[in-house]
Amino acid sequence: MRHIIAVLLENEAGALSRVVGLFSQRNYNIDSLTVAPTEDPTLSRLTLVTTGDDSKIEQIIKHLYKVIEVVKVVDLSESDHVERELMLIKLRAEGPTRDEVKRSVDIFRGQIIDVTATTYTVQLSGPSEKLDAFIRAIGKTTILEVVRSGVSGISRGEKVLSL
Amino acid sequence: MAEALSGGDMLIRALQDAGVEYIFGYPGGAALHIYDAIFRQQKVEHILVRHEQAATHMADGYARATGKPGVVLVTSGPGATNAITGIATAFMDSIPMVVISGQVPTSLIGTDAFQETDMVGVCRPVVKHSFMVRNCAEIPTVVRKAFHIATTGRPGPVVIDVPKDTTDPGITAPYHFPESVSLRSYNPATRGNGRQIRKAAEVLLGAKRPVIYAGGGVVLGDASAQLTRLARALGYPVTNTLMGLGAFPGNDDQFLGMLGMHGTFEANMAMHHADVILAVGARFDDRVTNDPRKFCPDATIIHIDVDPASISKIIQAHVPIVGDVALVLDELETQVASEQARRPDCPDREALALWWEQIRGWRRDHGLDHHLPAEPGKPILPQLAIQMLYKVTNGEAFVTSDVGQHQMFAAQYYRFHAPRRWINSGGLGTMGFGLPAAMGVQFGHPDAVVACVTGEGSFMMNMQELSTCLQYGLPIKIINLNNQALGMVKQWQDMQYGGRHSQSTYSDSLPDFKTLIEAFGHVGIKVERAEDLEPALREAFSERYRRKLVFVDVWVDPNEHVYPMAVRGGSMRDMILSKTPAGLEDNY
Ligand SMILES: Cc1ncc(C[n+]2csc(CCOP(=O)(O)OP(=O)(O)O)c2C)c(N)n1
Ligand SMILES: [Mg+2]
Repeated sequence: MRHIIAVLLENEAGALSRVVGLFSQRNYNIDSLTVAPTEDPTLSRLTLVTTGDDSKIEQIIKHLYKVIEVVKVVDLSESDHVERELMLIKLRAEGPTRDEVKRSVDIFRGQIIDVTATTYTVQLSGPSEKLDAFIRAIGKTTILEVVRSGVSGISRGEKVLSL
Repeated sequence: MAEALSGGDMLIRALQDAGVEYIFGYPGGAALHIYDAIFRQQKVEHILVRHEQAATHMADGYARATGKPGVVLVTSGPGATNAITGIATAFMDSIPMVVISGQVPTSLIGTDAFQETDMVGVCRPVVKHSFMVRNCAEIPTVVRKAFHIATTGRPGPVVIDVPKDTTDPGITAPYHFPESVSLRSYNPATRGNGRQIRKAAEVLLGAKRPVIYAGGGVVLGDASAQLTRLARALGYPVTNTLMGLGAFPGNDDQFLGMLGMHGTFEANMAMHHADVILAVGARFDDRVTNDPRKFCPDATIIHIDVDPASISKIIQAHVPIVGDVALVLDELETQVASEQARRPDCPDREALALWWEQIRGWRRDHGLDHHLPAEPGKPILPQLAIQMLYKVTNGEAFVTSDVGQHQMFAAQYYRFHAPRRWINSGGLGTMGFGLPAAMGVQFGHPDAVVACVTGEGSFMMNMQELSTCLQYGLPIKIINLNNQALGMVKQWQDMQYGGRHSQSTYSDSLPDFKTLIEAFGHVGIKVERAEDLEPALREAFSERYRRKLVFVDVWVDPNEHVYPMAVRGGSMRDMILSKTPAGLEDNY
């Protein structure tokens, strides 16, 4: 099963490489990974998406805790949460397809953030499946470049991940 | 006002303040400021090795035998990479160690400078943690943290990489060694969960066919006394892992011997048929469980370990308890006593008597024979050599070993009466460990009898340290079970590759060990006949050689295999017992 794991990590040199190294060393896969400092500059927050059965996820969490710089770990997928991913996608937009692309972008509530005579650059955010669905929807249109941020996630309601 | 010191002086002062007696090391460019600081003080003694790998094994052996962290100092680049095998060895067996590596100056990091290796990167998967020093002022705190992390929770090696500019004698900062450190992200477990411990007591007392399976965590956690008290109070059988030998007295009637791939018949059979297994400081290693899907089908498993990640990693625990093993066992003992007071009929004495009867039957039928005769004219059995070593040393020696058949024979036939006496590379299985580890043990216990059981293959992987032994007058006794082959490899080739001995023999090119040892300034004895074995060992351990290193080159039967041996992919009861195995499963 797909899990979104959020990690609070000391914002120190080498800490991120230890987390990433753990995944390759123990043969766990990472589907996506995002990391940035939090409002507390001594802490980074890392969100990673991985897949595995319950016992694998349990091991992943236990091993994350063994990394000395890891302060806290939460499996967001265990309870209600919101997930978002940002995508920037550059499309060939010429002739008759130009309007078609525009329509798809509107349907998906995306924004065109850069335009040339032959291209559109689109910004789209939402759960990862929505971004996947957009890529499927534009079908025959030529994709010139895609950049995705990886998933960020946060619990719903009062629940917070903090020290 | 705090004294102003250079980084090199701070590092050594911090080691003094951390209570370090010995640094095992080898100098080089990036470490020279530190070496100069060593020169200008007397408190910490530096031991000059002949190869950095050996330095790490010495520190490791010292740590295993004394319980104190071992300390290593190497230079950058090749010095650091040579240390990796020893760091990995310590990591796999959870040994507290602090390894200081020199590094090129901060300004050169990343430029492929001379002798630059990304040590923090290279060692990452085999350390508990690592530090890169950023400036001289932080050195005392980094050292304090390194010792704290290395020695608490599940212990392990910690690397401190020290760029040369941070130890520059021209740059000073106020020295302050912190009394204690607290890390908000590191809080190892201490007491176990009380409710779980109560549940464990209930399960234990309800057992009809119990086994206590104790591993290296009991040794590392100094919980041997607690384990022994609990086991004796219950009257339950105890087996130890390769790493746990000595955690329960090896000459006790309740002791079943080692379990696992080369464990005793009775230990493995008891595990397989158990209804309750109390696993303490053990990690269900694949060399113990064999196929985990077939592991102990009827057993309710209680698992105590300081590392939550060890619990339910391989085998699902029914009663998991995370905590310091000594504290948990103390509490468990109390809970068992109060539970017993409430349920005086527990444990079921009749069932337990039947269980012991069955175990004794297994032992009688296929247990190890600890009374092998020294038959004149017959080739020397390696098992006999170990049995004799046990006899000659009254079972009181510290015994280190290398890796191979000789290691297994030592584990099977030397019965360890106390923890920290049996020192071997269990997790990584590092050939070349034995001699330097023995040296570390001897530094830790200068007056103790220290024996190194080795094989000619393993010995040749670190024999340069014979020179170090002479320099520091280490009176180690080396017992070389010389089968003129990479015996364990050859055994596997006999059993699984139709006897094709691919690259496992070299009998035509072995050195004359007696001459070799003498060239290093030590005493060499060669034994070829069974009747000469006891006199030779008595001579080696005699008063005459109390201050000398003696190497006993014992020419053993080269065709001997280690048995029992687990059947690949089987359950714990599936064992091969001899070169002509009988159909065991029908009988048991
Ligand atoms: C550094 C290293 N390389 C290879 C091995 C694989 N290996 C395990 S046992 C063994 C043979 C050991 O030979 P020896 O030391 O003579 O012991 P014996 O088995 O003959 O008693 C080998 C090559 C190992 N454990 N360690
Ligand atoms: Mg050999």
